[in-house]
Amino acid sequence: MGIRRGHQARLGEVIAEKLILAISLSTIAMVFLIFLFVGREAFPVLLGRVSSAAAQEKPLPVEAMNTLTPAQLRAYLGLSAQEFSSMDRDTIQSLMEVRIEASAEEKPSRDAELNTVAWRYLLFPFQWSDYDKPVYVWQPVSGIHKYNIMPLVVGSLKTTIVALLFAVPLSLAAAIYVSQLANPRWKEWIKPAIEMLSAVPSVVLGAFALLVLATALQSLFGYQYRLNAFLAGIALGLTCVPVIFSIAEDALTSVPRSYTQAALALGASKWAAAWQIVVPAAIPGLFAAVVLGFGRCIGETMVVLIASGNAAILSPSLIEPVRTITATIAAELGETVVGGHHYRMLFVLGTLLFIVTFLTNLAGDVVIHRLKGRLEGKK
Amino acid sequence: MPMNMTFLRITLLSLAASLSLQAVAGEITVKGSDTMVILGQKWAEAYMQKTPTTKVQVTGGGSGTGFAALQNKQTDIANASRKIRAKEIEQCIKAFSKRPREYAVAMDGLSVYVNEKNPVAALSLEEIRDIYTGKVTNWKDVGGPDAPIILYSRENSSGTYEFFKEKVLQGKDFASKAQTLAGTAQVLQAVASDANAIGYGGAAYGAGAKHIKVSETKGGDAIDPTEETVLAQKYPIWRYLFVYLNPELEKGEIKEDLDWIRSDDGQKVVKDVGYFPLPPHLRKK
Repeated sequence: MGIRRGHQARLGEVIAEKLILAISLSTIAMVFLIFLFVGREAFPVLLGRVSSAAAQEKPLPVEAMNTLTPAQLRAYLGLSAQEFSSMDRDTIQSLMEVRIEASAEEKPSRDAELNTVAWRYLLFPFQWSDYDKPVYVWQPVSGIHKYNIMPLVVGSLKTTIVALLFAVPLSLAAAIYVSQLANPRWKEWIKPAIEMLSAVPSVVLGAFALLVLATALQSLFGYQYRLNAFLAGIALGLTCVPVIFSIAEDALTSVPRSYTQAALALGASKWAAAWQIVVPAAIPGLFAAVVLGFGRCIGETMVVLIASGNAAILSPSLIEPVRTITATIAAELGETVVGGHHYRMLFVLGTLLFIVTFLTNLAGDVVIHRLKGRLEGKK
Repeated sequence: MPMNMTFLRITLLSLAASLSLQAVAGEITVKGSDTMVILGQKWAEAYMQKTPTTKVQVTGGGSGTGFAALQNKQTDIANASRKIRAKEIEQCIKAFSKRPREYAVAMDGLSVYVNEKNPVAALSLEEIRDIYTGKVTNWKDVGGPDAPIILYSRENSSGTYEFFKEKVLQGKDFASKAQTLAGTAQVLQAVASDANAIGYGGAAYGAGAKHIKVSETKGGDAIDPTEETVLAQKYPIWRYLFVYLNPELEKGEIKEDLDWIRSDDGQKVVKDVGYFPLPPHLRKK
């Protein structure tokens, strides 16, 4: 059939085109909806509308049900008018008793009146009543719910930085080798082999790190904690090697062949042509590869959940266990009360993650455009 | 054509018949504690084999999830590895104007594990508390070698975590350095491969690590976590596993199922899963 230029599109083509448009629009709508959902769950905390203060008013004795007016009683028990009218005396009485039991369960603490989801407790150290100095703690399941997010943020950054330090040089070197230096027969083997790594499920990679890599690295370096930021970073690096590699390799391959040929014709060695001509020309693409690798690392969950040791410590040390934002959400969301403060705090973490990846992608985009402009001699 | 019509009719009729049969057969839903999912499923399997007309469906999600489902009437029975809280009772009363009925269905002891090479053989509850809250950080302070203590704990969504925190730490926070793992098997694996580690988990688990003797107070009788000591409530770290239900539903098939769970046959299953069966004098309540 071939392409008919200037002809009116046929009905089938029109339908196909509209269908594709609808699919792509629905993808955009999906992203938007997800963001809306995450934001909606997190916003009450961000706006300070959620309180986790545990202190309650003192309960009234059971006999008070005879002296209070129905309206007072209803307000005290927190019932709706309909619920209240449908209940008999026995039910009301057992509700009064339960109130007293509930207050007996509360452990007295001078922190009970604090709203621990306020910003200053989320971001700054605080001296809780059981502690002898101000600390950054994430202890959401506790008499006093402590939600300091700094240990988690630092944990995520620590593992991501290790992962990038490990994966970026490795995958860029591999990309340069495969696209520029390797002979075609080698290339046919190496490229799919590296890309196969992305076919390894992250849970398998995590288990591998937990069972094999952890022991190997510990006996190699002799550090104290078997599971730590370093180990998690290395395992995380393995998940983003294929991402960085394939984008970088594409970027390098798409540099016009004539550049290399010109360099070779002028007497440059293969290595010099690759290093001094092709790599600089592909810089925007290489940069994009690293940015995407960062996004993959900071969002990866399974590997860090399994191999990081999951202890929310705020420390600069790479050989101590860490807990990342993603692992925290995955491990804790299942048991939270929907709409409760713990649940909402996990969504705040999700929003944070969303914003961080969004901003890095945006910054990456801007830088790529600038670099491209400079390389191509445009403004 | 007529052949086809008859065929269609027969299919429709048999479909309707099978549907109505299903409606007759009772279905019991059980939801709650993840600690008890396997136990619940084993119970369900054994019970359905005995009484094929009843279908029992078991799902997990955690003790709290089970209570929430009980309030919303989305489940007939809620499994729980901890006692119901007053707040949850209040919700139940609001939903069905009665306190939920509670049955203990099994017992569970928590062991404290250390590495086989660790010479420490007994600890008091207070020492364990100091270790897990980060007050004691070196084995030499509790009679071991001069080596840092590596803490292993469970995710805070687990019932075991909450129980340990309540019973042993008396509600205090775990030290931040405590590493959290997703299951008892992982804790055991970690303790087995780390000479300075300490962990905790079900008493019936535990090849590969040493179960420590625990005493109520320092210098008191240190007791091994075994079936006898847990059942006699001598070993200090033990708990009941419970089921809760709406008292109005306790009739017919649900009652039969519950009675069976608390019978000798039902309690035999408990042991296969790694918990301890209730001694007969505790079954009636």
